[in-house]
Amino acid sequence: MPVSLNNAADQYDAIVIGSGLGGLTTANRLAWCGHKVLLLEFHHQLGGLATWFKRRGHIFDISLHGFPYGMVKTCKKYWNQEIMNSIVQLKDIVFDNPQFSLTTSFDREDFTSILREKFEVPQEVIDRFFSTVAGMNFYDDQTMTTRELFEEFFPGRSDIHRLLMEPITYANGSTLDDPAITYGIVFSNFMNRGVFTFEGGTDTLISMMVAELEKNGVTICTRAKVDRIVIEDGRVCGVEVNGRTISAPSVISNSGITNTIFNLAGRQSFSDEFMARAEAIRVNNSSCQVYIGIREGAAIEYKGDLLFTSTAPEFSSEELLDSHTCSKTFSVYYPKTRPGHDRYTIVASMNSRYEDWTGLERSDYEQKKEELIERTLVDLERYFPGVRDKIDWLEAATPVTFNRYTLHTRGTSFGTKFEGLDVSRSIFKEVPGLFHVGSVGIIMSGWLGAINYGVIVANDVDAYLRSREIH
Amino acid sequence: MTRDQIKDLILDIIADIDDEADFDTLKSDQPLRDQLDLDSMDFLDIVMELRKRHQLQIPEEDYPELASLDSCVNYLEPLLKDA
Repeated sequence: MPVSLNNAADQYDAIVIGSGLGGLTTANRLAWCGHKVLLLEFHHQLGGLATWFKRRGHIFDISLHGFPYGMVKTCKKYWNQEIMNSIVQLKDIVFDNPQFSLTTSFDREDFTSILREKFEVPQEVIDRFFSTVAGMNFYDDQTMTTRELFEEFFPGRSDIHRLLMEPITYANGSTLDDPAITYGIVFSNFMNRGVFTFEGGTDTLISMMVAELEKNGVTICTRAKVDRIVIEDGRVCGVEVNGRTISAPSVISNSGITNTIFNLAGRQSFSDEFMARAEAIRVNNSSCQVYIGIREGAAIEYKGDLLFTSTAPEFSSEELLDSHTCSKTFSVYYPKTRPGHDRYTIVASMNSRYEDWTGLERSDYEQKKEELIERTLVDLERYFPGVRDKIDWLEAATPVTFNRYTLHTRGTSFGTKFEGLDVSRSIFKEVPGLFHVGSVGIIMSGWLGAINYGVIVANDVDAYLRSREIH
Repeated sequence: MTRDQIKDLILDIIADIDDEADFDTLKSDQPLRDQLDLDSMDFLDIVMELRKRHQLQIPEEDYPELASLDSCVNYLEPLLKDA
């Protein structure tokens, strides 16, 4: 169990600020390397955006919507066998919009036959598209956008663009105008084997991770909000938290990159050149969610695990972001999600802009949330007729909610756009001992991206700490 | 360490990463990535293991030196001569 900050020592090798999947993984990996690690989380619950809440016997998952198969290997290598063994496939991914309706396992084989038979694309074009996206990597030319990529292979086919783009927009917030590699890397990860989830839910995953961290000797404190990263003579020497100073030669911030630079470290710690790059970072959009609990004893029919729905005539990144969007995903959690917990819940997710929800009068904000819930129920009734009568809990979250619980700049639920990655990767070259881990650059986002990035950053931190020992 | 010992060290680390790796048909002059289904995260694991076991610091620009078994041995031989 996490302990109170009073139980923390005065000195550590590494202090991790924030307990998102990136922060948790960096902490675990550094402990594996033999370092003394302190993990600080401001909220009372660990997990960052990998979180959940309980209402009237329901457990609602915020960001457990489906991740690529790569998660199996990643959990085995960087967490443990038990966590790996809980990963199961979501077999039925549903698309329903005015251009097409279909169900797919969302892997290369099934997508190939859908593109060939339903969309009548020649096999040769499909193969070439898949090998192009699979071959994309970080060092490629980054000037091509996803829109240009789609136009090259499927010119004028807005239906195919929608099939390919819509799920990834919900997965990482990217748009047709972002660099094509941000699309290609994430899409290829999914196409490898399909979509997977964590049996037992987010609460089970996080409790298993906490057990592993404790076994490895990491000290975990919740309700511990870091006010400042202490930097002296250009180097990190600790943090100020709840009025206490705790020293450490390395600090890894898992709070957002913009938060880390502007609020925790302070602009005076960086060069003008670095600050110019930091100021150019665009945070990604946020989300709205509606949480729907089916009352105990009632059931809904199986209609697939993840439903990408829209009544908009064509796909548009702008339409998806509009506060009256006709597009949303339904993540449906059947009793199989949490064996033994015999409940059905549904989480509707929409992409959303912070500025559409902030600065409203309390009553207007509540009214706007009620309207969002009502529109969601109208859409949900199309797939689960009569579902209204089975619901005993309804609640909505907005970008303002995301901001309150995660402290993310503008409530971003997908980190930053592409330029954030370079700033995150180079921060320790500016201030020795200062590292950042978290969703940046679209690629390093989602559950798999966040965990893998946690490992990459742990490697940098370990190298830094070891080089200090030698000198 | 001898060249053979370094080779065994690398194979031992890879076996930890992927317990299904088949070394019988491995060609030591060919890229490991193509023969063993290793991705960039796996190469990072090799770097971290070498640092943990032998306090070796391999800078990012040298990662390509780890491409094949032969290139690993060539690169590590001078670094591990006293290990």
